[in-house]
Amino acid sequence: MIAFWILAPIMVVAALGMVLVRKAVHSALLLAVVMVGLAVLYAALEAPFLFAVQIIVYTGAVLMLFLFVLMLVGVDSSDSLIETLKGQRVLAAVLGLFFAGLVIAGVSQATYGAATAFDPAIDNVPGIAQLLFSKYVFAFEVTSALLITAALGAMVLAHRERLSPKPSQRDMALRRMRDYADHGVHPGALPNPGMFARHNSVDTPALLPDGTPSELSISRVMRARGTVRDVSRDQRTAEEIEAQAKQIEGNRR
Amino acid sequence: MSVEPYLVLSALLFAVGAVGVLVRRNAIVVFMCIELMLNASNLAFVAFARQHGDLDGQIAAFFVMVVAAAEVVVGLAIIMTIFRTRRSASVDDASLLKY
Repeated sequence: MIAFWILAPIMVVAALGMVLVRKAVHSALLLAVVMVGLAVLYAALEAPFLFAVQIIVYTGAVLMLFLFVLMLVGVDSSDSLIETLKGQRVLAAVLGLFFAGLVIAGVSQATYGAATAFDPAIDNVPGIAQLLFSKYVFAFEVTSALLITAALGAMVLAHRERLSPKPSQRDMALRRMRDYADHGVHPGALPNPGMFARHNSVDTPALLPDGTPSELSISRVMRARGTVRDVSRDQRTAEEIEAQAKQIEGNRR
Repeated sequence: MSVEPYLVLSALLFAVGAVGVLVRRNAIVVFMCIELMLNASNLAFVAFARQHGDLDGQIAAFFVMVVAAAEVVVGLAIIMTIFRTRRSASVDDASLLKY
């Protein structure tokens, strides 16, 4: 019961955070917290098999799949905060509170009696195996059909026929030159990120001759995430240091 | 050992998931909220299995996990196809059936 009282608040807060947080990746990580918490609760409820399955299937497979798709779809696709239906959020929150109150009231009205212990003669995993391959064997077999269908469906949905021929190196070079002729896009390689005395990481934009940061020197994803370093501050620091150095030199003379 | 706190936690998690489905616009986050609701019901199953000293509840939770895993695979594939054609993962943008 100690595990429950420690984990329950963490799980509820993580679930609330999952709904409220704006970035989808943060939601996925908070969902992982809830999943691991549930796994520990399963262990506390004398279900070691489900504990292992929860960790392997949910935190291992399902959440990794979620993160994988998030990375494919683009991390910059954060939620818009515009309400398409007026008052929908407030109504949803009120409905959620009402629903939770209703279920909790129902749960607390019922009497449960003393808990019966599991049969000590049968271990958890052999017990589940016995049930799965006798009483529930038909459901188990249907499950295999479901899994095959799911794998096939995912393959069909994710498969894409190539409609146009793959561009060759020659095509790409021609397109680059055409872009240069029509729009004046520089045909060479994109500029490197900035190399300065303090930072040379990929989030530091290079500076153009007039001192403005170059948009092209930074990955598109970093700009969308808003993790590009603000170099104007470093520039100011550099100017200050230069001024101080000049002053010291002047004093020496 | 009382089963009631587990059921209350399960109800709370389910309600949070339901509110998330109603509020969020990103299809992937909506999907995560559905997973949260499935997991909340699993917790109730396992808690009742412990209460009755019967493994049938755990079997039910096990089957829910299997179906949820299959559902995630197909659902995420659908979201990816929609994203590839419409360049958006927002549920508001997938509204062609409306017109």
